[in-house]
Amino acid sequence: MRRILLAPLMVLFLALCAPGIVTQAQAQPARGAISAEELELQRMLQGGRIEGRTTLPDAQSEVLIQPAGKAWRDFHNVTLAWVGGIAVGGMLIILVAFYLGRGKIMVEGGLSGRTIQRFNLLERANHWMVASCFIVLGLTGLNLTFGRHLLLPIVGAETFTAISLWGKVLHNYLAFPFTLGIVLMLLLWVKDNIPNGRDIEWFKQGGGLIGKGHPKAGRFNAGQKMVFWITTLGGAAVAISGYMLIFPFWGEFGVAEMQLAHIVHSVISVLMIAAMLAHIYIGSIGMQGAFDAMGTGEVDLNWAKEHHALWVEEQQKRETAARPAAQPAE
Amino acid sequence: MARMKFLCDADRCIECNACVTACKNEHEVPWGINRRRVVTINDGKPGERSISMACMHCTDAPCAAVCPVSCFYTTADAIVLHDKDLCIGCGYCFYACPFGAPQYPRVGNFGGRGKMDKCTYCAGGPQQDNTRVEYTQYGSNRIAEGKLPLCAEMCSTKALLAGDGEMIATIYRERVQRRGYGSGAWGWRTAYRTTVNV
Ligand code: SF4
Ligand code: SF4
Repeated sequence: MRRILLAPLMVLFLALCAPGIVTQAQAQPARGAISAEELELQRMLQGGRIEGRTTLPDAQSEVLIQPAGKAWRDFHNVTLAWVGGIAVGGMLIILVAFYLGRGKIMVEGGLSGRTIQRFNLLERANHWMVASCFIVLGLTGLNLTFGRHLLLPIVGAETFTAISLWGKVLHNYLAFPFTLGIVLMLLLWVKDNIPNGRDIEWFKQGGGLIGKGHPKAGRFNAGQKMVFWITTLGGAAVAISGYMLIFPFWGEFGVAEMQLAHIVHSVISVLMIAAMLAHIYIGSIGMQGAFDAMGTGEVDLNWAKEHHALWVEEQQKRETAARPAAQPAE
Repeated sequence: MARMKFLCDADRCIECNACVTACKNEHEVPWGINRRRVVTINDGKPGERSISMACMHCTDAPCAAVCPVSCFYTTADAIVLHDKDLCIGCGYCFYACPFGAPQYPRVGNFGGRGKMDKCTYCAGGPQQDNTRVEYTQYGSNRIAEGKLPLCAEMCSTKALLAGDGEMIATIYRERVQRRGYGSGAWGWRTAYRTTVNV
C-alpha cells in the first residue's frame, strides 16, 4: 500500500525537479555553480588568481591560473622596453647634443699646475670597484631585455646563449662586490652629501653647465649629491630586489613577489644606467680636469676653486691649522 | 594540421593523479619537477573541482614572448616547445606563464635555476626524434610515433582530453549536453582566448 502511494509521489517529485535541473544547467553550471570561463574572466579583470590545493610539497604548484603573468609580460615586453629605450637611448642623444652644443667644459682660469688631493686611495679604489661592477651589471642586465633584438640576430642563437649565460653568472656574482661598494660609498661620503641651501642656488644657476659662472659648492655640488643619492638609494633598491630574484628556491617568494621584484629591479636599473651615463660623460670627456679626481686623486687647484670653492677654502684652512709648528708663536 | 590542445573536464576528474604519475614515469622527470599537477579548488566545500593542469600550449604563448634568448618554437601542430641548449634558466617564462608550467631543477640555491623543463605534449624537443639525447633532455616523443600524450591516454575517467582542439571540444560539448552540466574548459579562455560553448 505504502509502495503504491510512494510511486506516484516519486514521479511527481521528479517531474517537479527535472525542469529545475535542466534550466539550471542552461543558466549556469550546476553542482556549486562554478564556471571556468567566468572565474577566469573575473580574475583577469579584477586581479587575483585561481588557487587550490595539491598533493605536491610545493606552494607554487597550488596556483592554477595567475593572470598577473599577462601584466608582467606586457611590462617586460612593452613598458620596460620603452622606458629603458627612452632612458638610455635618450640620455645618449642628449649627451651627444650637449657635447656638440656646449663642447668640453674647460677650466676658465686655465690649469694652474698645482694640485690638491680630492679623493684618497680607498675612495678611488671603492669607486672603481663599484663602477666596474656597475658597467658589467648594466650591460648584462640590458642584454636580457634588448639583447635578443639587437645582439641575437648578429651573433646567432648559440653564441648569444653563451654570452647571456656568462652574463647571468657575472650578474649574480658581481652583485656582491657591488653591494659592498655601495655600503662603503655611503659610509665614506654621506657626511658631505647632505642636501643644504646652497644646492638650491646651484640648481638655480644651472650648475655652471648652462650659462657662465660657477655657483659656489662644498666638497660635492648639488649635481654630485644627486649622483650620490641615485647611486646609494637606487643601488639599495636594486640590490634588495635583486637578492629576491637571486635565490629562486629560498624564502617564501612566490611568482607574484618575483614579478614585483623584477619590475622594481629593472625600472630602477635602467634609470640608474641613464643617470650614470651622464656621470661618466661629465667625469671624462665632458669636462677638463674632472677625471683626475678619480684618476690620480689629485685635481688642479684652479679646477677645484671653480667647482668647489668652499671645499678648497676649507681644505686650505685645515692645512694651515694642521701646520701650526711652522708658524712661530706670537 | 591539427591544433593540439588539452581539455580537463573538471566534473569527471577524481584527483587520482594518474596523469601526474604517468607523465613522470614516461619521461623520467627528475625529482622536484612536475610537468603536470592536479589542483583542487574549493577543497572540501561545495563546488569542489579538481583540474589537471600542465602547459596548455598557448596561442601567442607568453613564455615565448618573454624569453630573453628566444628559445621557444611552435610546431606545426601548435605545440609550444623549447630548446634546452639555448635556455639560460632566467625564470622569465615562469613569471609570464599563466599556468605555472615552467619548472626548474633545483641545481643550487644560488642564482642558477638550471634549464627550464615543462610539458612537451609528449613531443620531445629540437633534437632528432626518438633519440637517446632527445629522451634525456625532453623525455619521450609519442607525437613522432603517432600517439597522443600519455597523461590523457591514461586518464581512467577520460576527464583529461588531448588532441585536436576542435575534436576534443566536440567531445566535451556532447558530454555536457548529455549530462546537463559542466564547469567549462579550464584555462581555455586564458590559453586560447576561446571557450567551449555548450
Ligand atoms: S602554458 Fe605556460 S609554458 Fe605552456 S605555452 Fe602557455 S605560457 Fe608557455
Ligand atoms: S628560463 Fe629558459 S626558456 Fe624560460 S625564459 Fe629563461 S631562457 Fe627562456
